[in-house]
Amino acid sequence: MTVSSDLDRRFRAAASTLELVDVSYDVLETEIGPLLAAVTDHGLAFLSFDAHADERLESLATFAGSRVLRTTRGVELVRRELDEYFGGRRTIFDLSLDLRGLPQFTVSVLGELAKVPYGRTATYRDLAERVGNPKASRAVGTVMNRNRIPIILPCHRIVGTSGSLVGYAGGLELKEKLLRLEGAIL
Amino acid sequence: MTAVATSVPIFEVFYDEHKHEVLGYLRKRAGADRADDLFQETFLRALRAYDRLQHADHLRAWVLTIASRVLIDAFRRDGTPTSELPELESPEPDSPLESISDLTASLPPKERAAVTLRYGFDLDYAQIAAVLCSTEDAARQATSSGVRRLRKERSSR
Repeated sequence: MTVSSDLDRRFRAAASTLELVDVSYDVLETEIGPLLAAVTDHGLAFLSFDAHADERLESLATFAGSRVLRTTRGVELVRRELDEYFGGRRTIFDLSLDLRGLPQFTVSVLGELAKVPYGRTATYRDLAERVGNPKASRAVGTVMNRNRIPIILPCHRIVGTSGSLVGYAGGLELKEKLLRLEGAIL
Repeated sequence: MTAVATSVPIFEVFYDEHKHEVLGYLRKRAGADRADDLFQETFLRALRAYDRLQHADHLRAWVLTIASRVLIDAFRRDGTPTSELPELESPEPDSPLESISDLTASLPPKERAAVTLRYGFDLDYAQIAAVLCSTEDAARQATSSGVRRLRKERSSR
């Protein structure tokens, strides 16, 4: 017996409408390829360049709850804001974020990262100074590298002291593309 | 007590693993026309109780028990006589549930479901209430009156 895609869709929509889901996720088709987005009742918790990052959903369940379900509705707002961003019609995201489960240092670095404006860049050392720990550039680099909500938390805007792009989870080419989109580089 | 309890998978994995069998079970007993609504009701009830599951043992039998409760409730609404109500799904052979299933065969459906969920699945009353679509108090009452009835039967044998 096979569950039709229509029945499947109706169940997922009902679960979402009745607010019985702890983590809603879906794969979003975007300008830069498929992105996996996961949303809890606290906000966007996870955005991945790897559309098959299912095992990462298990780790969200440890703090958000085991009712993890793929639904279109739950990630609708993320889909819309990303569309606008890639279309050049959005420079600030209005999404609330779920940073539960992250260490305090990571949260404060990400807090400073969020303040780096659209179309601008900052260095790893800038961020380290802004969290009051000028020698922590390397640790800041690690936080950028593990950033679980890229694009929205704009780690692509963080570059080396010499202005070199250094690295990016989605690949240097993508980092360059995002900075170009924002007009930060020509 | 089981030696090692397996951890509860995310709901997506659980749903994906059991959805086809649950639909088949419901179609066989309620017909293709009604099965879709009952399918939805079954997994919504499972979802309501899911975050309180302590372990992943017997998840298949658990969801089939929910499906059988959903069927019974639907037949009740239509006024189908109790004698024609479907049997609770008997769980996989050799599981500790099998004996509970035999033991409770004489109970009225609601008490049987409550006793099975409490002692076969280790669910608490809040979880049982979600399965039975009733209150926690009603779930506790159904369980204890089921147990009382079983004791009585045993002593009169």
